[in-house]
Amino acid sequence: MAQAHPLTPRTDQVLPPRLDFALPQQVFDLCRAMSLWPMTFGLACCAIEMMAVTMPRFDLSRFGAEVFRPSPRQSDLMIVAGTVTRKMAPALVTLYEQMPAPKFVLAMGNCAISGGPFKYEGQYGVVEGVDSLVPVDVYVPGCPPRPEALMEGLFQLQAKLAGKRFWPVPELVEG
Amino acid sequence: MNGSSLAAVAPELLRLGVGLLALVGFIAANGMLLLYVERKVAGHVQRRPGPFEVGPHGLLQAFADAGKLVGKQLATPAGADGLLFWAAPLMAFMPVPLMFIAIPFGENLFGLQTNLGLVLILSFAGFNVLALCLAGWGSNNKWSLLGAARAVSQAVAYEIPLLLSVLAVALMCGSLDLRQLAGSQGGWPWQWNVAVQPLAFFIYFVCAVAETNRAPFDLAEAESELTAGVHTEYSGMGNGIFFLAEYANMIVVGCVATALFLGGSQGPFAPGPWWFLAKMYLLVTLVIFMRWTYPRVRFDQLLNLNWRWLMPLALVNLLATALAVKLAG
Repeated sequence: MAQAHPLTPRTDQVLPPRLDFALPQQVFDLCRAMSLWPMTFGLACCAIEMMAVTMPRFDLSRFGAEVFRPSPRQSDLMIVAGTVTRKMAPALVTLYEQMPAPKFVLAMGNCAISGGPFKYEGQYGVVEGVDSLVPVDVYVPGCPPRPEALMEGLFQLQAKLAGKRFWPVPELVEG
Repeated sequence: MNGSSLAAVAPELLRLGVGLLALVGFIAANGMLLLYVERKVAGHVQRRPGPFEVGPHGLLQAFADAGKLVGKQLATPAGADGLLFWAAPLMAFMPVPLMFIAIPFGENLFGLQTNLGLVLILSFAGFNVLALCLAGWGSNNKWSLLGAARAVSQAVAYEIPLLLSVLAVALMCGSLDLRQLAGSQGGWPWQWNVAVQPLAFFIYFVCAVAETNRAPFDLAEAESELTAGVHTEYSGMGNGIFFLAEYANMIVVGCVATALFLGGSQGPFAPGPWWFLAKMYLLVTLVIFMRWTYPRVRFDQLLNLNWRWLMPLALVNLLATALAVKLAG
Protein backbone atom coordinates (compact mmCIF):
# COMPACT_ATOMS: atom_id res chain seq x y z
CA MET A 1 0.00 0.00 0.00
CA ALA A 2 2.98 2.29 0.45
CA GLN A 3 3.16 3.31 -3.19
CA ALA A 4 -0.60 3.49 -3.82
CA HIS A 5 -2.00 6.74 -5.07
CA PRO A 6 -3.92 8.57 -2.31
CA LEU A 7 -7.05 8.64 -4.45
CA THR A 8 -7.36 4.84 -4.68
CA PRO A 9 -9.54 3.12 -2.09
CA ARG A 10 -7.78 1.43 0.80
CA THR A 11 -7.87 -2.35 0.69
CA ASP A 12 -5.91 -3.34 3.80
CA GLN A 13 -7.77 -4.78 6.77
CA VAL A 14 -7.66 -4.03 10.48
CA LEU A 15 -5.56 -6.68 12.21
CA PRO A 16 -7.28 -8.79 14.89
CA PRO A 17 -6.19 -8.00 18.48
CA ARG A 18 -3.19 -9.97 19.72
CA LEU A 19 -4.81 -10.67 23.08
CA ASP A 20 -8.57 -10.99 23.03
CA PHE A 21 -10.26 -10.73 26.43
CA ALA A 22 -13.95 -9.87 26.37
CA LEU A 23 -14.27 -7.78 29.55
CA PRO A 24 -11.28 -5.43 29.08
CA GLN A 25 -12.31 -4.98 25.45
CA GLN A 26 -15.80 -3.95 26.56
CA VAL A 27 -14.42 -1.52 29.12
CA PHE A 28 -12.05 0.02 26.58
CA ASP A 29 -14.84 0.24 24.00
CA LEU A 30 -17.06 2.01 26.49
CA CYS A 31 -14.27 4.43 27.41
CA ARG A 32 -13.58 5.11 23.73
CA ALA A 33 -17.25 5.69 22.98
CA MET A 34 -17.59 8.19 25.83
CA SER A 35 -14.43 10.09 25.01
CA LEU A 36 -14.33 10.72 21.26
CA TRP A 37 -12.03 13.69 20.80
CA PRO A 38 -12.52 15.14 17.31
CA MET A 39 -9.83 16.79 15.22
CA THR A 40 -10.01 20.53 14.53
CA PHE A 41 -10.58 20.00 10.83
CA GLY A 42 -13.16 21.90 8.83
CA LEU A 43 -13.24 21.91 5.04
CA ALA A 44 -16.26 23.99 4.03
CA CYS A 45 -19.60 25.36 5.23
CA CYS A 46 -20.44 22.19 7.23
CA ALA A 47 -17.61 23.22 9.56
CA ILE A 48 -19.77 26.17 10.69
CA GLU A 49 -22.39 23.71 11.90
CA MET A 50 -19.61 21.65 13.49
CA MET A 51 -18.55 24.76 15.44
CA ALA A 52 -22.15 25.44 16.42
CA VAL A 53 -22.46 21.98 17.92
CA THR A 54 -19.84 22.78 20.57
CA MET A 55 -21.48 26.10 21.45
CA PRO A 56 -23.85 26.52 24.43
CA ARG A 57 -27.09 25.92 22.52
CA PHE A 58 -26.20 22.37 21.46
CA ASP A 59 -23.13 21.64 23.60
CA LEU A 60 -21.38 18.49 22.46
CA SER A 61 -19.36 18.56 25.72
CA ARG A 62 -22.29 16.96 27.55
CA PHE A 63 -21.28 13.71 25.86
CA GLY A 64 -17.57 14.19 26.43
CA ALA A 65 -16.70 14.98 22.83
CA GLU A 66 -15.96 18.72 22.96
CA VAL A 67 -12.18 18.32 23.26
CA PHE A 68 -11.24 19.35 19.72
CA ARG A 69 -7.54 18.51 19.46
CA PRO A 70 -5.40 20.53 17.04
CA SER A 71 -3.01 17.60 16.44
CA PRO A 72 -4.14 14.42 14.63
CA ARG A 73 -1.92 12.42 17.01
CA GLN A 74 -4.28 13.19 19.88
CA SER A 75 -7.63 12.91 18.15
CA ASP A 76 -9.90 9.87 17.81
CA LEU A 77 -12.49 11.13 15.36
CA MET A 78 -12.08 12.89 12.04
CA ILE A 79 -15.23 14.82 11.15
CA VAL A 80 -14.95 15.41 7.40
CA ALA A 81 -17.04 18.58 7.44
CA GLY A 82 -17.37 19.76 3.87
CA THR A 83 -16.29 19.36 0.27
CA VAL A 84 -13.17 17.28 -0.30
CA THR A 85 -11.40 18.62 -3.37
CA ARG A 86 -8.80 16.60 -5.24
CA LYS A 87 -6.24 19.17 -4.09
CA MET A 88 -7.16 18.47 -0.45
CA ALA A 89 -7.40 14.67 -0.77
CA PRO A 90 -3.70 13.84 -0.17
CA ALA A 91 -3.65 16.08 2.92
CA LEU A 92 -6.79 14.39 4.24
CA VAL A 93 -5.28 10.94 3.76
CA THR A 94 -2.07 12.09 5.51
CA LEU A 95 -4.07 13.40 8.45
CA TYR A 96 -5.99 10.12 8.66
CA GLU A 97 -2.76 8.14 8.61
CA GLN A 98 -1.27 10.37 11.32
CA MET A 99 -4.10 9.57 13.72
CA PRO A 100 -3.18 6.71 16.07
CA ALA A 101 -5.51 3.70 16.22
CA PRO A 102 -8.33 3.30 17.12
CA LYS A 103 -9.55 6.05 14.81
CA PHE A 104 -12.93 6.86 13.35
CA VAL A 105 -14.24 8.95 10.49
CA LEU A 106 -17.57 10.73 10.29
CA ALA A 107 -18.59 12.03 6.85
CA MET A 108 -20.65 15.15 7.47
CA GLY A 109 -22.85 16.60 4.76
CA ASN A 110 -23.70 15.62 1.20
CA CYS A 111 -20.36 16.77 -0.26
CA ALA A 112 -18.34 14.49 2.01
CA ILE A 113 -20.76 11.61 1.43
CA SER A 114 -21.04 11.69 -2.34
CA GLY A 115 -19.85 14.99 -3.77
CA GLY A 116 -23.29 16.52 -3.21
CA PRO A 117 -24.11 19.44 -5.52
CA PHE A 118 -20.67 19.17 -7.13
CA LYS A 119 -21.40 15.77 -8.64
CA TYR A 120 -22.18 16.24 -12.31
CA GLU A 121 -20.99 15.04 -15.68
CA GLY A 122 -17.47 16.17 -16.42
CA GLN A 123 -16.53 17.69 -13.06
CA TYR A 124 -12.87 17.26 -12.27
CA GLY A 125 -12.19 19.07 -8.99
CA VAL A 126 -14.16 17.32 -6.27
CA VAL A 127 -13.75 13.86 -4.73
CA GLU A 128 -17.15 12.17 -5.00
CA GLY A 129 -17.42 10.70 -1.54
CA VAL A 130 -14.70 10.68 1.12
CA ASP A 131 -15.20 6.91 1.50
CA SER A 132 -13.16 6.51 -1.67
CA LEU A 133 -10.18 7.84 0.34
CA VAL A 134 -10.59 6.61 3.91
CA PRO A 135 -12.99 4.14 5.58
CA VAL A 136 -16.02 5.99 6.92
CA ASP A 137 -17.89 4.87 10.06
CA VAL A 138 -20.91 7.18 10.08
CA TYR A 139 -22.60 9.26 7.36
CA VAL A 140 -24.56 12.36 8.38
CA PRO A 141 -26.63 13.61 5.40
CA GLY A 142 -27.75 17.20 4.95
CA CYS A 143 -26.66 20.32 3.15
CA PRO A 144 -25.46 21.26 5.67
CA PRO A 145 -26.76 18.94 8.42
CA ARG A 146 -28.27 20.58 11.49
CA PRO A 147 -26.07 20.47 14.60
CA GLU A 148 -28.59 18.02 16.08
CA ALA A 149 -27.89 15.72 13.12
CA LEU A 150 -24.15 15.82 13.83
CA MET A 151 -24.86 14.93 17.45
CA GLU A 152 -27.03 12.05 16.26
CA GLY A 153 -24.11 10.94 14.10
CA LEU A 154 -21.89 10.96 17.17
CA PHE A 155 -24.48 8.88 19.03
CA GLN A 156 -24.53 6.38 16.17
CA LEU A 157 -20.74 6.10 16.39
CA GLN A 158 -20.98 5.62 20.16
CA ALA A 159 -23.60 2.92 19.63
CA LYS A 160 -21.36 1.28 17.04
CA LEU A 161 -18.48 1.24 19.52
CA ALA A 162 -20.24 0.33 22.74
CA GLY A 163 -22.89 -1.95 21.22
CA LYS A 164 -25.86 -0.05 22.60
CA ARG A 165 -27.37 3.40 22.50
CA PHE A 166 -27.24 5.25 25.81
CA TRP A 167 -29.31 8.32 25.03
CA PRO A 168 -33.07 8.51 24.36
CA VAL A 169 -34.26 8.67 20.74
CA PRO A 170 -35.97 12.03 20.04
CA GLU A 171 -39.60 11.92 18.96
CA LEU A 172 -40.52 12.79 15.40
CA VAL A 173 -42.32 16.14 15.31
CA GLU A 174 -44.85 16.48 12.46
CA GLY A 175 -44.95 19.69 10.45
CA MET B 1 8.09 -8.98 54.91
CA ASN B 2 7.73 -9.70 58.65
CA GLY B 3 7.85 -7.29 61.55
CA SER B 4 11.52 -7.69 62.45
CA SER B 5 12.82 -7.04 58.93
CA LEU B 6 10.46 -4.07 58.68
CA ALA B 7 12.03 -2.67 61.82
CA ALA B 8 15.46 -3.13 60.28
CA VAL B 9 14.61 -0.57 57.61
CA ALA B 10 15.46 2.92 58.76
CA PRO B 11 12.22 4.67 59.81
CA GLU B 12 13.18 7.74 57.81
CA LEU B 13 13.51 5.64 54.65
CA LEU B 14 10.21 3.91 55.34
CA ARG B 15 8.51 7.27 55.79
CA LEU B 16 10.01 8.48 52.53
CA GLY B 17 8.87 5.38 50.59
CA VAL B 18 5.34 5.41 51.98
CA GLY B 19 5.16 9.17 51.45
CA LEU B 20 6.25 8.91 47.81
CA LEU B 21 3.73 6.15 47.09
CA ALA B 22 0.91 8.10 48.73
CA LEU B 23 1.89 11.24 46.83
CA VAL B 24 1.87 9.44 43.47
CA GLY B 25 -1.68 8.31 44.29
CA PHE B 26 -2.58 11.86 45.31
CA ILE B 27 -1.17 13.23 42.04
CA ALA B 28 -3.04 10.69 39.88
CA ALA B 29 -6.33 11.30 41.72
CA ASN B 30 -5.84 15.04 41.37
CA GLY B 31 -5.10 14.72 37.67
CA MET B 32 -8.50 13.09 37.13
CA LEU B 33 -10.24 15.57 39.41
CA LEU B 34 -8.70 18.61 37.74
CA LEU B 35 -9.46 17.29 34.25
CA TYR B 36 -13.13 17.13 35.28
CA VAL B 37 -13.08 20.48 37.10
CA GLU B 38 -11.36 22.17 34.17
CA ARG B 39 -13.99 21.01 31.67
CA LYS B 40 -16.82 21.84 34.06
CA VAL B 41 -15.44 25.34 34.70
CA ALA B 42 -14.93 25.83 30.97
CA GLY B 43 -18.56 24.87 30.46
CA HIS B 44 -20.01 27.11 33.12
CA VAL B 45 -17.84 30.07 32.09
CA GLN B 46 -19.38 29.73 28.62
CA ARG B 47 -22.92 29.19 30.00
CA ARG B 48 -23.19 25.49 29.19
CA PRO B 49 -23.13 22.56 31.62
CA GLY B 50 -19.91 20.92 30.44
CA PRO B 51 -19.60 17.09 30.66
CA PHE B 52 -23.00 16.00 31.91
CA GLU B 53 -24.21 12.65 30.59
CA VAL B 54 -21.31 10.25 31.30
CA GLY B 55 -22.16 9.36 34.88
CA PRO B 56 -24.19 11.71 37.10
CA HIS B 57 -23.19 15.26 36.14
CA GLY B 58 -20.41 13.78 34.02
CA LEU B 59 -18.51 12.44 37.02
CA LEU B 60 -17.24 9.40 35.10
CA GLN B 61 -15.97 11.53 32.22
CA ALA B 62 -12.39 11.68 33.50
CA PHE B 63 -12.35 7.88 33.91
CA ALA B 64 -13.54 7.41 30.33
CA ASP B 65 -10.85 9.80 29.10
CA ALA B 66 -8.16 8.01 31.10
CA GLY B 67 -9.29 4.61 29.80
CA LYS B 68 -9.29 5.85 26.25
CA LEU B 69 -5.83 7.43 26.53
CA VAL B 70 -4.38 4.21 27.98
CA GLY B 71 -5.90 2.17 25.14
CA LYS B 72 -4.60 4.41 22.37
CA GLN B 73 -1.81 3.51 20.00
CA LEU B 74 1.59 5.03 20.84
CA ALA B 75 2.99 6.39 17.61
CA THR B 76 6.64 7.38 17.25
CA PRO B 77 6.90 9.75 14.28
CA ALA B 78 9.25 8.87 11.42
CA GLY B 79 12.64 10.50 11.86
CA ALA B 80 12.13 11.13 15.57
CA ASP B 81 14.76 10.21 18.13
CA GLY B 82 12.94 7.36 19.90
CA LEU B 83 14.91 7.57 23.15
CA LEU B 84 14.63 11.33 23.62
CA PHE B 85 11.05 11.33 22.37
CA TRP B 86 9.84 8.87 25.02
CA ALA B 87 12.19 10.09 27.75
CA ALA B 88 10.55 13.52 27.63
CA PRO B 89 7.12 12.64 29.14
CA LEU B 90 8.81 10.53 31.81
CA MET B 91 11.13 13.39 32.64
CA ALA B 92 8.16 15.74 32.84
CA PHE B 93 6.43 13.52 35.36
CA MET B 94 9.19 11.94 37.48
CA PRO B 95 10.37 15.04 39.39
CA VAL B 96 6.79 15.84 40.39
CA PRO B 97 6.43 13.41 43.35
CA LEU B 98 9.84 14.63 44.56
CA MET B 99 8.53 18.19 44.62
CA PHE B 100 5.51 17.12 46.66
CA ILE B 101 7.65 15.37 49.25
CA ALA B 102 8.78 18.58 50.95
CA ILE B 103 5.33 20.14 51.13
CA PRO B 104 3.83 20.35 54.64
CA PHE B 105 0.16 19.51 54.15
CA GLY B 106 -0.40 19.61 57.90
CA GLU B 107 1.42 20.04 61.19
CA ASN B 108 2.77 16.47 60.93
CA LEU B 109 1.62 15.52 57.43
CA PHE B 110 4.70 15.81 55.23
CA GLY B 111 7.04 13.43 53.41
CA LEU B 112 10.36 14.92 54.37
CA GLN B 113 11.40 17.85 56.49
CA THR B 114 14.53 19.46 55.20
CA ASN B 115 15.97 22.90 55.84
CA LEU B 116 16.23 23.42 52.06
CA GLY B 117 12.66 22.38 51.17
CA LEU B 118 11.99 25.47 49.11
CA VAL B 119 15.21 25.09 47.12
CA LEU B 120 14.41 21.42 46.53
CA ILE B 121 11.03 22.27 45.01
CA LEU B 122 12.36 25.11 42.87
CA SER B 123 15.27 23.08 41.53
CA PHE B 124 13.14 20.05 40.62
CA ALA B 125 10.65 22.40 38.97
CA GLY B 126 13.45 23.25 36.53
CA PHE B 127 13.27 19.71 35.13
CA ASN B 128 10.01 20.57 33.40
CA VAL B 129 11.83 22.91 31.02
CA LEU B 130 14.32 20.16 30.16
CA ALA B 131 11.46 17.76 29.45
CA LEU B 132 9.76 20.24 27.10
CA CYS B 133 13.11 20.90 25.43
CA LEU B 134 13.68 17.17 24.85
CA ALA B 135 10.11 16.75 23.58
CA GLY B 136 10.56 19.57 21.11
CA TRP B 137 13.91 18.35 19.86
CA GLY B 138 13.13 14.63 19.83
CA SER B 139 9.89 14.98 17.86
CA ASN B 140 11.58 16.02 14.61
CA ASN B 141 8.76 18.47 14.02
CA LYS B 142 9.09 22.19 13.39
CA TRP B 143 6.10 23.09 15.55
CA SER B 144 7.44 21.07 18.45
CA LEU B 145 10.82 22.75 18.12
CA LEU B 146 9.30 26.25 18.02
CA GLY B 147 7.15 25.37 21.02
CA ALA B 148 10.20 24.13 22.91
CA ALA B 149 12.14 27.30 22.12
CA ARG B 150 9.24 29.35 23.47
CA ALA B 151 8.89 27.18 26.55
CA VAL B 152 12.57 27.54 27.41
CA SER B 153 12.76 31.31 26.98
CA GLN B 154 9.52 31.75 28.91
CA ALA B 155 10.47 29.46 31.79
CA VAL B 156 13.97 30.91 32.15
CA ALA B 157 12.62 34.46 32.14
CA TYR B 158 9.83 33.87 34.66
CA GLU B 159 11.99 31.82 37.01
CA ILE B 160 13.87 34.97 38.08
CA PRO B 161 10.99 37.09 39.49
CA LEU B 162 9.52 33.89 40.95
CA LEU B 163 12.72 33.23 42.89
CA LEU B 164 13.00 36.88 43.94
CA SER B 165 9.44 37.00 45.29
CA VAL B 166 9.93 33.73 47.17
CA LEU B 167 13.23 35.02 48.54
CA ALA B 168 11.50 38.05 50.09
CA VAL B 169 9.36 35.76 52.23
CA ALA B 170 12.33 33.56 53.07
CA LEU B 171 14.28 36.65 54.21
CA MET B 172 11.38 37.75 56.39
CA CYS B 173 11.13 34.41 58.17
CA GLY B 174 14.83 33.59 58.06
CA SER B 175 14.33 30.06 56.79
CA LEU B 176 14.01 27.99 53.62
CA ASP B 177 12.19 25.17 55.40
CA LEU B 178 8.58 25.10 54.18
CA ARG B 179 7.31 23.68 57.46
CA GLN B 180 8.90 26.52 59.44
CA LEU B 181 7.76 29.10 56.88
CA ALA B 182 4.17 27.89 57.13
CA GLY B 183 4.33 27.53 60.91
CA SER B 184 5.62 31.07 61.44
CA GLN B 185 2.26 32.51 60.34
CA GLY B 186 -0.86 32.89 62.44
CA GLY B 187 -4.33 31.48 61.97
CA TRP B 188 -6.21 34.56 60.76
CA PRO B 189 -5.83 36.01 57.27
CA TRP B 190 -4.24 39.25 58.55
CA GLN B 191 -1.51 37.18 60.19
CA TRP B 192 -0.57 35.49 56.93
CA ASN B 193 2.42 36.54 54.87
CA VAL B 194 0.15 37.73 52.08
CA ALA B 195 -0.91 40.63 54.33
CA VAL B 196 2.73 41.71 54.72
CA GLN B 197 3.92 40.80 51.22
CA PRO B 198 0.99 41.36 48.85
CA LEU B 199 3.27 42.39 45.98
CA ALA B 200 5.43 39.29 46.36
CA PHE B 201 2.29 37.14 46.35
CA PHE B 202 1.01 38.79 43.19
CA ILE B 203 4.36 38.41 41.41
CA TYR B 204 4.65 34.80 42.58
CA PHE B 205 1.16 33.98 41.34
CA VAL B 206 1.66 35.49 37.88
CA CYS B 207 5.05 33.79 37.51
CA ALA B 208 3.64 30.48 38.73
CA VAL B 209 0.94 30.55 36.05
CA ALA B 210 3.62 31.30 33.45
CA GLU B 211 5.97 28.61 34.81
CA THR B 212 3.30 25.93 34.55
CA ASN B 213 2.59 26.98 30.94
CA ARG B 214 -1.05 27.70 31.70
CA ALA B 215 -3.17 30.11 29.69
CA PRO B 216 -2.96 33.08 29.27
CA PHE B 217 0.75 32.18 29.13
CA ASP B 218 0.47 28.85 27.24
CA LEU B 219 2.67 30.02 24.40
CA ALA B 220 4.44 26.66 24.27
CA GLU B 221 1.34 24.94 22.89
CA ALA B 222 -0.50 27.79 21.24
CA GLU B 223 -2.80 25.78 18.98
CA SER B 224 -3.66 28.69 16.69
CA GLU B 225 0.00 29.08 15.74
CA LEU B 226 1.86 25.87 16.60
CA THR B 227 -0.74 23.06 16.23
CA ALA B 228 -0.09 21.75 19.75
CA GLY B 229 3.45 23.04 20.30
CA VAL B 230 5.71 20.58 22.08
CA HIS B 231 2.87 18.07 22.42
CA THR B 232 2.16 17.91 18.68
CA GLU B 233 3.58 14.43 18.05
CA TYR B 234 2.54 12.79 21.34
CA SER B 235 -0.36 10.36 21.21
CA GLY B 236 -2.23 8.44 23.89
CA MET B 237 -0.54 8.25 27.26
CA GLY B 238 2.50 10.23 26.05
CA ASN B 239 0.23 13.23 25.87
CA GLY B 240 -1.67 12.06 28.96
CA ILE B 241 1.49 12.08 31.10
CA PHE B 242 2.31 15.61 29.96
CA PHE B 243 -1.17 16.68 31.05
CA LEU B 244 -0.82 14.86 34.36
CA ALA B 245 2.49 16.64 34.94
CA GLU B 246 0.91 19.99 34.05
CA TYR B 247 -1.91 19.51 36.55
CA ALA B 248 0.53 18.25 39.18
CA ASN B 249 2.72 21.31 38.64
CA MET B 250 -0.34 23.50 39.10
CA ILE B 251 -0.94 21.81 42.44
CA VAL B 252 2.71 22.21 43.44
CA VAL B 253 2.69 25.95 42.81
CA GLY B 254 -0.65 26.15 44.64
CA CYS B 255 0.86 24.27 47.60
CA VAL B 256 3.95 26.47 47.71
CA ALA B 257 1.82 29.60 47.56
CA THR B 258 -0.35 28.26 50.38
CA ALA B 259 2.63 27.39 52.56
CA LEU B 260 4.51 30.63 51.89
CA PHE B 261 1.80 33.25 51.69
CA LEU B 262 -1.51 31.86 52.96
CA GLY B 263 -0.52 30.38 56.30
CA GLY B 264 -0.19 26.74 55.24
CA SER B 265 -2.33 24.50 57.42
CA GLN B 266 -3.03 27.35 59.86
CA GLY B 267 -6.58 28.63 59.77
CA PRO B 268 -9.29 30.13 61.93
CA PHE B 269 -10.86 27.84 64.61
CA ALA B 270 -9.53 24.44 63.50
CA PRO B 271 -6.03 24.39 61.97
CA GLY B 272 -5.28 21.25 59.96
CA PRO B 273 -4.67 19.76 56.52
CA TRP B 274 -8.22 20.67 55.44
CA TRP B 275 -7.31 24.37 55.57
CA PHE B 276 -4.21 23.69 53.49
CA LEU B 277 -6.20 21.75 50.87
CA ALA B 278 -9.01 24.34 50.82
CA LYS B 279 -6.59 27.21 50.14
CA MET B 280 -4.62 25.19 47.60
CA TYR B 281 -7.74 24.19 45.63
CA LEU B 282 -8.96 27.78 45.74
CA LEU B 283 -5.73 28.91 44.06
CA VAL B 284 -5.86 26.09 41.50
CA THR B 285 -9.48 26.96 40.66
CA LEU B 286 -8.42 30.58 40.22
CA VAL B 287 -5.77 29.44 37.71
CA ILE B 288 -8.43 27.46 35.83
CA PHE B 289 -10.78 30.46 35.81
CA MET B 290 -7.98 32.62 34.42
CA ARG B 291 -7.44 30.16 31.58
CA TRP B 292 -11.06 30.38 30.43
CA THR B 293 -11.39 34.13 30.98
CA TYR B 294 -8.33 35.76 29.43
CA PRO B 295 -7.06 35.50 25.84
CA ARG B 296 -3.53 34.28 25.19
CA VAL B 297 -0.84 36.98 25.28
CA ARG B 298 1.54 37.57 22.39
CA PHE B 299 5.13 36.46 22.91
CA ASP B 300 6.58 39.98 23.05
CA GLN B 301 3.88 40.97 25.56
CA LEU B 302 4.80 37.96 27.65
CA LEU B 303 8.50 38.83 27.78
CA ASN B 304 7.86 42.57 28.20
CA LEU B 305 5.63 41.89 31.17
CA ASN B 306 8.41 39.89 32.76
CA TRP B 307 11.52 41.96 32.05
CA ARG B 308 9.93 45.40 32.30
CA TRP B 309 7.51 44.96 35.19
CA LEU B 310 7.73 41.81 37.24
CA MET B 311 11.50 41.65 37.51
CA PRO B 312 12.11 45.31 38.65
CA LEU B 313 9.11 45.12 40.98
CA ALA B 314 10.38 41.87 42.50
CA LEU B 315 13.85 43.38 42.96
CA VAL B 316 12.47 46.53 44.63
CA ASN B 317 10.27 44.37 46.83
CA LEU B 318 13.22 42.21 47.84
CA LEU B 319 15.40 45.24 48.67
CA ALA B 320 12.60 46.87 50.68
CA THR B 321 12.07 43.63 52.57
CA ALA B 322 15.77 43.27 53.29
CA LEU B 323 15.90 46.87 54.56
CA ALA B 324 12.82 46.40 56.74
CA VAL B 325 14.19 43.15 58.17
CA LYS B 326 17.55 44.80 58.90
CA LEU B 327 15.98 47.86 60.57
CA ALA B 328 13.44 45.86 62.56
CA GLY B 329 15.89 43.13 63.57
